[in-house]
Amino acid sequence: MRPLSADPRYPRPPQAARRGPVVAPQKQHAPKPPRRAAPSRLAFRLERLWLTPFVRLVTRIGLPVFCVTLGLGLWLGDAGRRADLIERYLIVKTQIQNRPEFRISTLDVAGASAEVEGAVRALLPVGLPASRFAIDLDAYRAAIRRLDAVESVAIVVQSGGTLEVRVQERTPVILWRTARGIEMLDMTGHRTASLTRRDARPDLPLIAGQGADKAVPEALAILAAAKPILPRARGLVRVGERRWDLVLDRDQRILLPEDNPVRAVQRTLALDTAEDLLSRDFTRLDLRNETRPTIRLSSAALDALHDAKGITSAKASP
Amino acid sequence: MTEFHRTQRAMRTMRTAAMSRGVIALLDIGTSKVSCLVLRFEPPEPANDTVIPLYRQSAMRVVGAKTICSQGVRYGEIDAMVETERAIRTVVQAAQKMANTRVDHVIACFAGGDPRSYGLAGEVAVSGGHVDEQDVARVLAACDMPDIGPGRDVLHAHPVNFALDHRSGLADPRGHVGATLATDMHMLTIDAAAVQNIIHCIRRCDLELAGLASSAYVAGLSALVEDEQELGAACIDMGGGATGVSIFLKKHMIFADAVRMGGDTVTRDIAAGLQVPMAMAERIKTFHGGVYATGRDDREMIELSANSGDWEKDRRTVSRTELIGIMRPRVEEILEEVRARLDVAGFEYLPSQQIVLTGGASQIPGLDMLAAKILGQNVRLGRPMRVQGMPEAARGPGFSAMVGLALFAACPQDEWWDFEIPVDRMGGRSFKRAVRWFRDNW
Repeated sequence: MRPLSADPRYPRPPQAARRGPVVAPQKQHAPKPPRRAAPSRLAFRLERLWLTPFVRLVTRIGLPVFCVTLGLGLWLGDAGRRADLIERYLIVKTQIQNRPEFRISTLDVAGASAEVEGAVRALLPVGLPASRFAIDLDAYRAAIRRLDAVESVAIVVQSGGTLEVRVQERTPVILWRTARGIEMLDMTGHRTASLTRRDARPDLPLIAGQGADKAVPEALAILAAAKPILPRARGLVRVGERRWDLVLDRDQRILLPEDNPVRAVQRTLALDTAEDLLSRDFTRLDLRNETRPTIRLSSAALDALHDAKGITSAKASP
Repeated sequence: MTEFHRTQRAMRTMRTAAMSRGVIALLDIGTSKVSCLVLRFEPPEPANDTVIPLYRQSAMRVVGAKTICSQGVRYGEIDAMVETERAIRTVVQAAQKMANTRVDHVIACFAGGDPRSYGLAGEVAVSGGHVDEQDVARVLAACDMPDIGPGRDVLHAHPVNFALDHRSGLADPRGHVGATLATDMHMLTIDAAAVQNIIHCIRRCDLELAGLASSAYVAGLSALVEDEQELGAACIDMGGGATGVSIFLKKHMIFADAVRMGGDTVTRDIAAGLQVPMAMAERIKTFHGGVYATGRDDREMIELSANSGDWEKDRRTVSRTELIGIMRPRVEEILEEVRARLDVAGFEYLPSQQIVLTGGASQIPGLDMLAAKILGQNVRLGRPMRVQGMPEAARGPGFSAMVGLALFAACPQDEWWDFEIPVDRMGGRSFKRAVRWFRDNW
């Protein structure tokens, strides 16, 4: 190894040799010591500020929300612009609602009699064809349900512009004679329609009396139990809104108890089978007291009984 | 004294505030590197009753870490303020970015400032039958203050031992019955200008200083295991510009000193001896350095590349033996100096004479054998204990001061200013004095 103090083997040419006719001498920049990259004070402070949770929150959420709110507020502050916006919205809304996809052109009523179908058609609030959004289907359904003859109703908007109304009608099972006329009732005692003449529905049994419609199931049970004597029965009468009278022809009347009238009817039938009770001449058969059934004879029968016993009513009376 | 007392108390208050906020930064201002850790304190996990986590390590977690090359620091002291400030800014910003949080409080440690140890003793008569806080405060105040010289500040002041009558070795004398309370205190003073420079640099970075520690002390906290701290050991923290010496006994530091030589001195020797730039010298020291030469090292040639433009100079090679020949005398000199400091401290009278080498310069191969010849037989290389979340790159011996600073932040030992102030010295707080008088007399 050459000694370090030796002259360099390839010496540089002297500076003077290279210096030509230079107007101004080039200033030799002293080589700066290498400075490592460090954040400036401002960058450091800004970074620390950015790392502060509150500042981050405000910048990331608060500032955008504020800007959007401010912009919207300024833009909507003008009443004309607001009205214009609402109008445009309404136009678009109407355009969409009036598209042919939403048009309803026919009304199809299923499961209804002619009168009910006519009522259903009459209840439709708008004339067809109309937009689907123009019909308030809930209100329409409620209006149909309010018809007495209708038990339940389903409304379906079908493709192809058909509004289908499926109606389940109430079936009349009993007639109710009131002071105003004859009503037809269904199983639950709900009115279905009125009749002018009893002859119109001779197949249906008849009930009468105030509050009779509220006890229709009981009446039906009694009538079912009294099937063998139905040809003689004229009907059931509600007494005092608590019990039934079974009215037979020949002006006979069976007073049924408040509790368990069906058993009383069965008892009557048993008595009739055993002793031919109903063909006897009586006006009232009182079964209201279960332990003491009572019979009231007609006056002719009473006289005949008295004669048979050898007593006269004149003698008996003081 | 009172002024410094107040400063230290303010720093302790700031540290409490930082702990309650949950985030604190640790700054190790060294000669060769500046590193910053961001610690997050978490509520401790529900641990078993039997296993107590060592140093409550589970309570803290490293969330940000950055180490950069140091600028403007010589011998562990700030030499060029602006450069150091830029380095601190860089490292703090990077650590903050990694932690994704803003850090306001910093605990710093540094090696320089010519630390000097003083042993203080005080004795006082116990006023009541029992020792209470005021007695402890009075006995601490009764320690005779040595002449620490002008321009010096107290950095640490640990009450190492309390003695009550004839019983010595009390860790906590409160509540004991006795007549005479005596204490031994270890005080570490440091150059006030060095402290002021560091405070100024940190203030310039908009950070609050929440504590200051000597790196010799905190390196001992992390590199020594508990038994060594209890039975007596010396921690040699071989840093870049200064080598710190701290002696621990009964889990207290009883002596600290620093040798103003370190790894950078070795590098400079290499650079001067081989005529290579400092970066090159540092590189070949790291890759090929050692203190014991073998026959094989004669044949291991190291290329010395430089960019001087001179071909002859740029294409030299040296053998590893030559390199070791340059390094070894300097390392020996450092260890001899350390040996002298240990002799001054009376290290040979300790019950256990364990020596732990740590710091970046302790990674020289064969150093432990050389140290065993100079310092004593019980030599081991120390690494810092593990802290949750510490990056793998920061687990070497060069980071033992950093880890020790984390322990120092998490569970500081009681220092003088953590105890109560004696009543008669508590000037200006007449209302508090009146309350105390009432409480004592009624």
